[in-house]
Amino acid sequence: MTILEVASSQGLDWSRAQFALTACYHWLFVPLTLGLALVMGIMETIYYKTKDEFWKKTTQFWQKLFGINFAIGVATGIILEFEFGTNWSNYSWFVGDIFGAPLAIEGIVAFFMEATFIAVMFFGWNKVSRRFHLASTWLTGLGATLSAWWILVANSWMQHPVGMDFNPETVRNEMMDFFAVAFSPAAVNKFCHTVTSGWMTGAVFVVGVSCWYLLRGRNKKMALASIKVGATVGVVSALLVLFTGDRSGIEMAENQPMKLAAAEGLEKGGKGAAFSIVPGVEVPGVLSILATHDINGYVPGTQDIIDGYSYEKDGKTITVKGAKERMESGKIALQAFKDFRESAEKDDQKAKNEARATFEKHKADFGYGYIEKADDLIPPTGLVYWSFRVMVGCGSLLLLILIGLWWQQRRGKLEQSKLLLHAGLWSIPLVYAAGQAGWIVAEVGRQPWAIQDLLPVNAAISGISAGAVQTTFFIFLAIFTVLLACEVRILCRAIKGHNAE
Amino acid sequence: MITYTFLQQYWWFIVSLLAGILVFLMFVQGANSLIFRLGQNEAERELVVNATGRKWEFTFTTLVTFGGAFFAAFPLFYSTSFGGAYWVWMAILVTFVLQAVSYEYQSKDGNFLGKNFFRRTLVLNGFAGPFLVGAAVATFFTGSDFCVEKNAISEAGLIVPAISTWGTAWHGLEALANPWNIVLGMAVVFLSRTLGGLYLLNQINDDQLRPRCRRQVISDAIPFLIFFLAFVGYLLCKDGFAVDEYGTVSLVGHKYLTNLLEMPVTLGIFLVGVVLVLLGIIRPILNEKFTRGIWPAGIGTILTVLSLFLVAGLNQTAYYPSVTNLQSSLTLSNSCSSEFTLTVMAWVSLFIPFVLAYIAHAWHAIDKKEITKEELKDAHHKY
Repeated sequence: MTILEVASSQGLDWSRAQFALTACYHWLFVPLTLGLALVMGIMETIYYKTKDEFWKKTTQFWQKLFGINFAIGVATGIILEFEFGTNWSNYSWFVGDIFGAPLAIEGIVAFFMEATFIAVMFFGWNKVSRRFHLASTWLTGLGATLSAWWILVANSWMQHPVGMDFNPETVRNEMMDFFAVAFSPAAVNKFCHTVTSGWMTGAVFVVGVSCWYLLRGRNKKMALASIKVGATVGVVSALLVLFTGDRSGIEMAENQPMKLAAAEGLEKGGKGAAFSIVPGVEVPGVLSILATHDINGYVPGTQDIIDGYSYEKDGKTITVKGAKERMESGKIALQAFKDFRESAEKDDQKAKNEARATFEKHKADFGYGYIEKADDLIPPTGLVYWSFRVMVGCGSLLLLILIGLWWQQRRGKLEQSKLLLHAGLWSIPLVYAAGQAGWIVAEVGRQPWAIQDLLPVNAAISGISAGAVQTTFFIFLAIFTVLLACEVRILCRAIKGHNAE
Repeated sequence: MITYTFLQQYWWFIVSLLAGILVFLMFVQGANSLIFRLGQNEAERELVVNATGRKWEFTFTTLVTFGGAFFAAFPLFYSTSFGGAYWVWMAILVTFVLQAVSYEYQSKDGNFLGKNFFRRTLVLNGFAGPFLVGAAVATFFTGSDFCVEKNAISEAGLIVPAISTWGTAWHGLEALANPWNIVLGMAVVFLSRTLGGLYLLNQINDDQLRPRCRRQVISDAIPFLIFFLAFVGYLLCKDGFAVDEYGTVSLVGHKYLTNLLEMPVTLGIFLVGVVLVLLGIIRPILNEKFTRGIWPAGIGTILTVLSLFLVAGLNQTAYYPSVTNLQSSLTLSNSCSSEFTLTVMAWVSLFIPFVLAYIAHAWHAIDKKEITKEELKDAHHKY
């Protein structure tokens, strides 16, 4: 290993750290934007229908909090977009033909809608008609949701690349089928799971803040009305999160079995696989149900995926190539690609055709050619395992709390249920923990792949020094942390200082 | 006939148009750089901040969309320039990030950094944003220090080498050593300040601020014209990076002048643009009642920047030249997406007129009333 390589592999780690940092911070703000937009939309619709000034004031209060949170979400988002170029330059060329499109569509279709109508929403109360204002509030939320659609299409494509083909002439993957990319089942499901989790975040935020008011005996009317809307949205979205989460499990088992095995800490799999609640506590058969909707379904473990495995399904034996075998095939693909390029430069048509034929045969394993050791294919199991449990645990707990709050407010006994009000307040950190943990499962779980089976992170990065990335990492860390502290303090002051009565 | 070449040129046109709109919308940055200069007391500074605060998201979104469109249409530029001129792009990002939160946070209770901290970040972004964007765009003509080797990705290893590599560890900062990059950077700074002054003049109805805005426009327009004309003069005289039908890049004398002369429509756009900018500056100076100079100057800016981008990329020109290795220079055809992707994106681009229409509608609805001190007092959402 030369000194240059050491420096670069540190550069890789810093680039990953920087991307993870930006993504984690971004996902602190975005779900609240998505969720509050929905709650505000519903509240303003009630105002529009009833003309009751109380609902206008209530909408405006949540809108103020929305505004404080929105700006920093935008700020962290722009960096994510540009980081694909700055830190993952090989990636940008290798798949830019597919990946760039959703980002551009996001800008043209979604961001402008959001930016335009948010201005009307904030500044238009006394300037435009009630109808136009209501439309603007919904369009702001729609813009945010559309932008989530396109960025999640991009992300799902990295998890499960479809609709493209590698072209050795141009040295990149090229889009073959736009609709396969834009509406792949993985993208649809990812969008539904992520956006509904955002709705849940917004709902929990509204409910939590309102519970705090009730505990303090302040702004009671507004708090109760907000809980009515918030808890309803919360229960519905929590159920949707659960349902789409189940779909995610099936999809993960199909497309990214390694991620599922890591999330379960499952080294050796088999039929009727047990689900581990925490280490040492297992429920037989449940993992198979989650992964295949069949108690006898086969779930491979990390070692099975490395070595290769076979199982029976519908009376047929299905054999899956092991990662080691794919790595060998990948090396052949990489060599054939090299030969193809060399013979093309020498204008040796015969050699070029031969290399192309070999390449086409091994193309599916091309990405594996970059993997040095088979063990590199196993993501950090502990982190993924525990994140998965935090996500599911917090999510389930939140569903129970939200149902409890919804039920008690329906019976008109919410103010007396002090314990439930405390639980409502404390569900705010829970919902954030669940959201962050979910993304850790999704992103850490697919390591070492930047794009599943196609491009590992070590082949995706830019030629910049570790020092440079380290510097920008700490600059962003400092800026985001200070701005987050500032945001939280401003939000708390705005909540404490609000007097609705 | 819609050919692959046509699609490449069409997308270069869209990217160029977005660049033009971005430079126009940087009136937000220009006006922000004047917060303390024009606003001599708190009430006046508030007027300036609130006037730009209702528009900043358009600038920001255009920057993001400009990046996205470049990525989708010319991914090799995205990977080469962003990954190479790392420090320049990072600096641009940092100042825009700070700007994004500055409005919302500055006057809110609980802001422990203080109002002036966020005003200063607005000023910082007001200078640094236009300057860095201008200097980066200048490298489209002056060239950068990079190599592109697509075969690099055939090397397995602990770390696979990058396809695009930068020649110096300065990663973009070396561009500041070329005085012509600085000249264009300064031209954009003073242009955005001029536009900022014109925007405030139109937007804010205040007896003290209006004459001050007018004077400010004069004192920014003069350095703008000097820097701009110097750069245009340099551009018309300098050698350019031509690409022949086999994709070979070579230096050709007076290439950009030739481009203008060989593309009369582009020349026309350029001349109309320059005249409109001058008109937008001069009319409000001569006529005390005229406050709408931002419109001719703004449209003129869009047209001028559009034409300069067209000169950089059309008529067989390498738009992102490498001075280290001429053959690594990026041209429309060697850096673009596949024909299929460009076609899909061409369909998407049909949304653009629709987007512009609703922006115009919403903008008009918000701007029906001018901003005054009284209007701000009653404003529901105020920075």
